[in-house]
Formats: sequence, structure tokens, C-alpha cells
Amino acid sequence: MSSAGTNGAGSGKGASVTLSNLEKTYDRASAAAKAVDGVSLDIRSGEFLTMLGPSGSGKTTTLMMIAGFETPTAGDIAIDGKSVVAMPPYRRNIGMVFQNYALFPHLTVEENVGFPLKQRGVPKAERARLVAEALELVHLPGYGARYPRQLSGGQQQRVAVARAVVFKPRLLLMDEPLGALDKQLRENLQLEMRRLHADLGITFIYVTHDQEEALTMSDRIAVMNDGKVAQVGTPEDLYDRPENRFVAGFIGESNFLPAVVRGVENDVVIAECDGALIRALCPGRPSSGEKVTLTTRPERLRFADSTWIGEQMPQNRLSVTVTEAVFAGERCRYMLQAGDGTSIVLKEPSSAAIRRRAVGERAEIAWSVADTILV
Amino acid sequence: MSEIAQPASLALAVSRPRSPPFDWRRAVPFLLAAPLLLYMVVLYALPVVAMLLRSVNDPTWTLANYATLLDDVVFQKTFWITINTSVTVTLGCLILGYPVAMGLVRARSMAPFILVIILLPFWTSVLVRSYAWMVLLGRHGLVNEALLALGMIDRPIRILNTPLATQIAMIHILLPYMILPIANALRQIDPSLIRAASGLGSTPFMTFRQVILPLSMSGVAAGTLLTFVLALGFYITPAMVGGPRDITLSMLIAQQVDQLNWAYAATLSAVLLATALAILAVARKLPGVGNAFKTSMR
Amino acid sequence: MRLASILPASIVGLILFFLAFPIVVVAIVSFSSATYLTFPPPAFGLRWYEAYFSNPDWLKPTWVSIWVACAVVVLATFLGTLAALGIARLPKAMRIVAAGLILSPLIVPGIVVAIGIYYAYSRYGLVGTPIAMVLAHTCLAVPFVVTSVTASLSGIDPRLEQAALSLGATPGATFFQVTLPLIQPGVLVGALFAFITSFDELIVALFISGTGAVTLPRRMWDDLRFQIDPTIAAVSTLTIVLTAALMGAAHLLRKRAERTRTATSSAVA
Repeated sequence: MSSAGTNGAGSGKGASVTLSNLEKTYDRASAAAKAVDGVSLDIRSGEFLTMLGPSGSGKTTTLMMIAGFETPTAGDIAIDGKSVVAMPPYRRNIGMVFQNYALFPHLTVEENVGFPLKQRGVPKAERARLVAEALELVHLPGYGARYPRQLSGGQQQRVAVARAVVFKPRLLLMDEPLGALDKQLRENLQLEMRRLHADLGITFIYVTHDQEEALTMSDRIAVMNDGKVAQVGTPEDLYDRPENRFVAGFIGESNFLPAVVRGVENDVVIAECDGALIRALCPGRPSSGEKVTLTTRPERLRFADSTWIGEQMPQNRLSVTVTEAVFAGERCRYMLQAGDGTSIVLKEPSSAAIRRRAVGERAEIAWSVADTILV
Repeated sequence: MSEIAQPASLALAVSRPRSPPFDWRRAVPFLLAAPLLLYMVVLYALPVVAMLLRSVNDPTWTLANYATLLDDVVFQKTFWITINTSVTVTLGCLILGYPVAMGLVRARSMAPFILVIILLPFWTSVLVRSYAWMVLLGRHGLVNEALLALGMIDRPIRILNTPLATQIAMIHILLPYMILPIANALRQIDPSLIRAASGLGSTPFMTFRQVILPLSMSGVAAGTLLTFVLALGFYITPAMVGGPRDITLSMLIAQQVDQLNWAYAATLSAVLLATALAILAVARKLPGVGNAFKTSMR
Repeated sequence: MRLASILPASIVGLILFFLAFPIVVVAIVSFSSATYLTFPPPAFGLRWYEAYFSNPDWLKPTWVSIWVACAVVVLATFLGTLAALGIARLPKAMRIVAAGLILSPLIVPGIVVAIGIYYAYSRYGLVGTPIAMVLAHTCLAVPFVVTSVTASLSGIDPRLEQAALSLGATPGATFFQVTLPLIQPGVLVGALFAFITSFDELIVALFISGTGAVTLPRRMWDDLRFQIDPTIAAVSTLTIVLTAALMGAAHLLRKRAERTRTATSSAVA
């Protein structure tokens, strides 16, 4: 079996994948309708990369091109440095877990998992051993004789994973594999996917529209929008340092404050927002007088008159009026309004020791420069 | 599937000779369909077309055969009988079929039983069913015996070999074609609509008139058209149980072929086919009928 | 209220009786001991079945019908299944034309098809041969195969085929190991329909069976023109039983295919 999957070049157990300027147009007549529009990505060997985006963002189409079910209109896909565009899907040696699993209903679990081995001419005894091993890996030993319809959704999902890894591919693609499951089960399986990734050491490319799932599991996330990559980075990068408004809005909740640039100090931009001077991190150097948008996370805002034990009061301050206050268990959620009419959300950890604000109350909020990004 | 076929053509258009494995796969659908299409053209379509052409090229190209139909008393009487029979039979099927369709959809544990009763005659040959009516309607048949026993008649009446016998037997044969599309349409009505209607104070009869009937109209239309078109072409049943003078278009065509009167037979065939196709063409325009047709053809 | 609910039920019952009764009567008459048609029969017996099974005039057409139907099954199932697989993947405009041609025998009046076939086949000396019967009946049987296979194809999740390809199965292996097993019930149902279509067909047979390929329906028709003897009731009953058995089998196959399909998708949902 050692020959079945490990024939590629490159280091480590996982394949590296390079997408260069990948394009996909379904409608030949109008070039405007590009499902995928110039996607370039370097996926490293052994990485868990998630393509995250709303439906229609091109993430599934990109995955289908990597798998070989769609042919790119332009651009190239290289696995371990070799272009695979002209290679049919059945020669690519890529494992894939489908949405709704695509288990063969006429085959037993054992036959399903053994299917890729049979295609590769693995002898029967060897096949049985590898199938048992794979079922062990997904915690389903002894389920081999059952048919898919006799399994629960979560079990079917595990069989699909076992089937996709049994032939030891160097790359595993997953298309919303947890989409059909309920929340509890989904969370358990997310952890299991991570463990599986660690155990196998191969490259995972995972497609989802669920940002929590992406943040929990991935080494890196490629946020897709309108057929393009909006940003690639670690979950922390995307959450703390979104590069554009789409990423800031799509991942987690964000406040957007309109402001005018007044000056730049080192890496920090000073901008005027509703009469107050706000400092923000900015990689570029915007010119004075430019209109910009500052973004900050609701849970990074505090009321300025809260107690600040052991820490300094952050530099950024703004006067607001409370327009709505909602108690949501572990947090209190406030809707605030700045003097220029901008709505701001603030989330405060709830505690019996903290005074609740009333609607109509005036207050000052504060937050740190590090939590303010210019997008 | 077409999405998979398209990329290959795109790749060609971009003039990059990539994905050769996909190129031959594009031809596969054509290669798979070709044998049957060829078979149907050679052994079915061309024969029928060649026969129909006899109506306009015998002995030279002319429409005279169609022109003479305008004064042809035999044709006109036959055409009238055919249409008349088809309308009567279709109406009969509608009246009898709708309640059965409702019963089939409403029934829970009885549904499979009802379905078997509907389907068994459906798949019994027309010949056998026509024969059954010969047995029932004959001079000493069961119907006459029963009427005599009940004292409703003094001596056996003639039912077999009358238009009535044709109509009864044809209704019996075509009833499933009416029931199944209607049942299909009824099954698609959201039950909560009916509950909503009665919740809003509608009596069962009003609910039927204002909710169920309008929503099942696509099935009624499909069943009616299907029944009518099939009734137009009936041959065996009227020939077996009908009256000797009540000749349908199909019977007239068969007679003409027996007399090797091909031009006339072809002309009549063209008229019969055109009538059927015209009705279907109109039917396809009606919303919902196309789908109901497809499902009922299975 | 109670009357309103009983009345429709009894009406439905009466109509169902109307549907079933004639067939039941044929079956009862076939067991009659009388030498003429009468109902109810004075006594029961198997004499008409004996008459049927001992008379070569009946048995020969029966064998012709069975052989023709079997040949039709092979030809129609093969051509129809291939075509259904192809048509599903054809461009839309071509698909409509192809489906129109293949399904048209369901709509074109039987007499028009019959005399068209008679007209052309007689040119080539085919009339009166079993081959002509097979060729013609296949045209009539093919629509059932194509619709049945198409229906089961459309029920297959396209991701199953993609999954097979991603797991290393070549397109050929994908077809034989995944697609074909999944459409198999549809193919079998189509084959059963093809058999019944040919076995019961009369109008085409009237024109082209001649004297050399007299089928069972043709023999019954000829017989009925002279007499209504209960042998026909026995033959009819046998064909009804055969048809019912085949249809029952088709129904079960379809049910089983549906169950396989819905069970997997419901576990997912």
C-alpha cells in the first residue's frame, strides 16, 4: 500500500498546492460573470487551510477545480510544483469529502471505504486491513457490514472521511462536510477534524461558510468574496488585523467609524472622528485630510468610567449616548450612538458588580490603539 | 452534467489544448443516444412519414386528397362519431375519475388497495378488457341477466354492438389515465391549506370548490387531454363492442388499408395525427400540464 | 356530516367496482364448466384451461408472443438504457428533439403507427416474420425503458459519480461500479414494461403478423370474430395473472430503489 498515495515529490507527508491567477467563467458570452476571478494562493505542505466565504463567493468552484471536476478558464493549479490542470480527477490522487458525503448507497461501509483501494488494485487481504485501520481512525470499528442508510448523519460523515483518507492521499479536500449536522455534533467533529489533521500530517483544504468553524480549525484562512481572495491569514490575523471592510464585517462583528486623517506617527494614524482624535494601526501611509473608515471590535470597547485595575486607560475615547441595552447572559450588549449619528456596538462581560447603563444615558467609551484598524 | 461538458468547449475556445481526456467524453452522449435514434428513425419515423406522404404524392404532388374530404360524407360522419365518442368518454372519465383520485389521495391504509384496483386494469391489455365487456354486455351477458332478474326489462336488450357499449368499455379502459394525473395534482396540495380553509370557517364543500378544485386543475387538464387524445385513436374496442355502423376514424383507416386504398388511408391518418398533435400543442401551453403529463406517462 | 363522509366513500367504492368487476368476471368465467358463455357459471372446472393447453392452435401463438416479447426486452432495454444515459447529458435543444422522437409512440394513434410500419415493412418482405414483430414492437416498448431509466438517473446525486472519480475510479469503472448498480432497478422496470408492451400488443400485429408470426393477441382477435368461447377467458386470465405478476415485481423494484435513496438522504437532512 505504500505506493498508493505517496508518489509525489515535495517534503513531508502533505502536498503543497499553488493556485496562480485561477479564473472560472461559466457564461462564455459575458466575461463579467466570473465565478472565480484571479485567485492566487500558496497552500503549504501539511497545512490546514480553510476557504471561507458567503455562498457564491467562488470557494466551492475553486475546490472543484483543484479536485478536477471543473476546468479553469485561465490560470494554473500545481500540486507539489506540477501542473494538474490537464489531469482527470481520477488520476489526481486527492481525497475528497463531499457535502452530504456522497456515500454509495448500494455498497456497505466496508465496500465504500475499500472503493478507492479496489480502484488501485490493492489485494483483498491488504484492503481489509487498511479499511479496518481507516474505520479505527474515525472511531467506527465494527460498522463495516452496515449500509450507509443504517448510519446516523455523524457516522456517515466519518465514513466519508475514512473513505477519503484510506488510500493515503497527500491532500484532502472537504466541501462543507459538517453543513448538514446539528450544532453539538458539528463542534465535536470540528475537534476531531483537527486531531485527524494532526495525526495524518497531510494537507487539508476545507470549504465552509461558517466563520466560527473556520476560526476554530484552520491554520490559515482564505476569505473569499466575489470570486476573489479578500485576505489570507491566520485566524488571529483576520480577526485582529482585517485588511478590508469585507473581512472585518464577515469575520466577527465590527464597528465602522467614519474619520478624516489628521496625521501619521510611525505606524499609527491619527484621525478625527466625531470631533475626537482616534489613533489607529495602519500599514500604509494615508495622506492628511483623506476620508477613511476605522474599525474596532465590540468586545474590545469599554466604558471609560469602568474600573481599570492593573491596566492603563486606553488612549482612544469617544462620547456616546446609550440607545439600547440588552442583557444576553454572559455579556451585556449596548447599542450606542456617537454625536455624528454613527451607531456603535459595545459588548461588556456581565457581572453583578458592574453597573448597567440605562437607555438615554450619556457615557464615554474607551479602547486601545492596538484594537483599532484603518481599513 | 452540461456544466461538466461546457468547460472543455471553453478550453478549446481559449485555444489552449489542455484537458484532452474531456474531449472525447463530450462525444459520449451523442454516441450513446445515436443507436436508438437511428433505430427509431429508420424503423418507425420514416415508415410513418413515407406512408403519410402517400396522401400528397399519389399519383402526383397534390393536395386534392385533402380537398375532397370537405365533400366526403363518409369521412365527415366518421370524424364526427370519433370526436363525439372521445368527448363523451372523456367527460365520463372526468366524472368517474375525480372522486376516485380524491379517494386515492385521502385514503391512508386503503391507498395501496385502491391503487392496485386502478393499476391492474391499467396493465391488462385493451383486448382482454374489451373482451370482458363483450361477456358482460352480450345478449345473455351478466348485465342483461341482472336487469331481467330485477324486473326492469322483459326481454334482453341490445347493448353489445351499440355506441353505448363502446363508450362504457372505453371509459373503463381510459379511466386510469384520468385518475393518475388528478391524483398527482391533488397529492401536491399542501394539506395545511385545507386546514387553513376550514379554520377560516369554510364548509367542506366550499373548501372543495374554492381551494381543492382550483389547485387540482392542472391535473384535471392533463388527464382530460391525455384521455381525449388517446380516445381519438381507439381502434380495437370500437371494432369489438361497437355498432357495425358506428365507425371511428381508426376503423375507417384500417378498412381503407385492407382495400389497398393507401392515398385515402394516409390522408385520414394525417388528419387523425394532426388533430391529436394540435390538441397536445394547445395543452403544452397550459401551465402545469407539461409536468403532470410527464409524471403520468411513467 | 356522517352521510357526507359515507356517501363519497360509497361512490368511490362503486367506481372501483366498475374498474375491477369486468376483470373478475373474466377470471370466473374461465373456470366455468359450461360449454357456452353464461354467468354465473353452473359449475366450476378447468376444462377451458385444458382446452387451451392441449390445443396447438393456441400454444403456438403463445410461444411466438413470448419469444417476440423476450427479443423485444433485450433490444429495447439495451438501446433504451444507452439512449437514456446519453440523452440526460445532451444539450437541451437536442435532448428535446430526441425525447420527442423516442416518446412519440405513446401519443401517435396506434393505427397510424401500425399502417405506417405495415406500409414500409411490406416493401422489404418483412411482413409475416417474427423479426418484423420484434423490430416494430421495440419501437413501441422503447419509450417505457427510456422514461424508466431516465427517472432513476435523475434520482442519482451527481456527487456520487464525482466521489467515485475523486477516489480514483476511471469513468468506465465509475459507470460500472456506481452508475449502473444505482439505475439497475430502473432498467429492470423498463424491461418488464417492454415485455408487457410487446406481449399485449395487437394493432401492429393485426397488420404485420401475417400468417407466419401469429401472436397470442392476434389469435384471440381472430377467434373472437367467430365465437366467444370461454377458452379466451382462460387465455385472458392467464395473461392477466402474468401481467399482474410482472407489474407487481416492477412495483416492488421501484419501491426498493426509492427506499434506498430516501433513507440515505433523510439520514443526512
